[in-house]
Amino acid sequence: MSDKPIFMTFARSDVTNFVVLMIVAFAVIPLTVGSDYWYTSILIPWLCLALAAIGQQIVMGYTGQLALGAAGFMAAGAFACFNLELRVPGLPFAGSLLLSGVIAAAFGVLFGLPSLRVRGIYLMVATLASQFFIIWMIDKFGWFKNYDTSGIITAQDIEIFGRPFTSPVEMYLVVAVVVIVLTIPAINLTRGAVGRSWMAVRDMDIAAESMGISLLRTKLLAFAISAFYCGVAGALFAFTYLKSLEPVAFDIKLSFEILFMVILGGLGTINGAFIGAAFILLFPVVLNSLGNTYFHGMIDATIMSAIEQVVFGALIILFLIYEPLGMSKLWTNLRQRMFSRKRAGDARALRKPAG
Amino acid sequence: MTQARNYPLGDPILEVSNISLRFGGVKAITDTSFKVLAHEIRAIIGPNGAGKSSLLNCINGVYKPQEGSIAFKGQVLDRISPNIVARKGISRTFQNLALFKRMSVLDNILVGRQLHMAANFLEVACQLPRARREERENRARCEEIVEFLEIGDIRHTPVAKLPYGLQKKVELGRALATEADVLLLDEPMAGMNVEEKREMCRFILKVNDEIGTTMVLIEHDMGVVMDISDNVVVLDYGKVIAEGPPAEVRSNQAVIDAYLGVAID
Repeated sequence: MSDKPIFMTFARSDVTNFVVLMIVAFAVIPLTVGSDYWYTSILIPWLCLALAAIGQQIVMGYTGQLALGAAGFMAAGAFACFNLELRVPGLPFAGSLLLSGVIAAAFGVLFGLPSLRVRGIYLMVATLASQFFIIWMIDKFGWFKNYDTSGIITAQDIEIFGRPFTSPVEMYLVVAVVVIVLTIPAINLTRGAVGRSWMAVRDMDIAAESMGISLLRTKLLAFAISAFYCGVAGALFAFTYLKSLEPVAFDIKLSFEILFMVILGGLGTINGAFIGAAFILLFPVVLNSLGNTYFHGMIDATIMSAIEQVVFGALIILFLIYEPLGMSKLWTNLRQRMFSRKRAGDARALRKPAG
Repeated sequence: MTQARNYPLGDPILEVSNISLRFGGVKAITDTSFKVLAHEIRAIIGPNGAGKSSLLNCINGVYKPQEGSIAFKGQVLDRISPNIVARKGISRTFQNLALFKRMSVLDNILVGRQLHMAANFLEVACQLPRARREERENRARCEEIVEFLEIGDIRHTPVAKLPYGLQKKVELGRALATEADVLLLDEPMAGMNVEEKREMCRFILKVNDEIGTTMVLIEHDMGVVMDISDNVVVLDYGKVIAEGPPAEVRSNQAVIDAYLGVAID
């Protein structure tokens, strides 16, 4: 079978995808995309939010814990990174990012504790605590903001090996490297023993426990790793996209957006995180430009933006009715159809569940 | 069952002593005791609501009985959770299928191997040698089980898409994958046709014969119970009303009154 691993856990199709991805990310995009708008408003936020969506995917899509508070962990990561850059001289940016993730992971474990007692919609309410507590803590104690009273703090410049990375292209490259470097272990985890115990807990926790899986360790590990990804994503989001640190940027609206990315992208898939993030981020932009092109001047601008939101909401509902498995599934089906005529074997690899 | 067995019946491996389980005011099990011998196939029978499933749930730690104790290999399992019981060597299947529905057949069975895998999450995330070796070895082990249960052609199918009889087989496979010393099988043949039952019996007997696994199974089909079990425990209203070899239990008047209705002979 063609889904047989040829390198570690990766099948031939994975390796091809990876090579194509590397070429696109580090050669095609930097060479062809000239406008800063694409980097600063689309590519950078897309990659940052996709990374956060991977975190949400791990806890919700793989482990089945309905958690809502990704933005809280992002805030924890962002402010941790700010303080590490500020207070730890000589710490490289990669180190700050990693530690920010670890600090967010500690919060993840703390706010994952309710999952041992409650589930479903009740857990969702309980995990909201992370959202509100972390934001409150940052606002309440001036130390986190370095006693800045203006409300908005400018993020430090990213410096790697003494070289500043400040232009949009450079920042995009930093984000792309981090996201790719962190996506690979996420794929490894979800395809390996850890991912199986997460999914076992998701599908039937009592049976998982009867097979020797500790619910406590499995759930808390999922919360920790999820918060790690959100934390790093939050730090990147603040340092490369917002270029400032303000708790308001990480409000509950962002948590909901990340939740929608995961649901629309397809629960229990890593590529769903990227597809969902692209959809949530880009669709309003597309609708907006369509509206401007075709109805410019005919309809009042405020009404136009309201209509956009209605269309957006309606599309989400339609989508969930007709493809509840998300866009990742749609993408798989599409590729399957394209390949099935030429190479039936490859299509079988793509059909591999939960890939 | 008279010819020499690879694993003749041994000493008691599982000792249930005076356990009582109550849910509020409802007594599910009252002062129940029995011993299961090593390498034995033990059937638990009784009418609906007699406390059979509750008893299995007590043994593997899903329920905590208010009184009494359960000892496994001479060691008391005191108020410990199912995952620890599983690691000590007791695995099980469930009455109403408890498979991981969205996972493939092979992945379901692999979850049964989880307790034989020691690599931590960092090793898995970075695909360090131990994680890769464990993955490879345990996959190979699961392929053997898939082969044994003759479900090779559906190994990559998500279990939710399989018919009931096959799902039961997968669940047996998952329990076998743990390589437990004792398997608790909660109605492994419920809802199966004669053909499927015969096949399931064959697997149970083969596992018992080839690797000596002790089986404790709940079954309603008296024909099956007579055929495969060494000893039978009969429960009624949470109490043991009879215990012994199948032929003896079958002619016991209390059992006839409570459960069988009329004697089979």
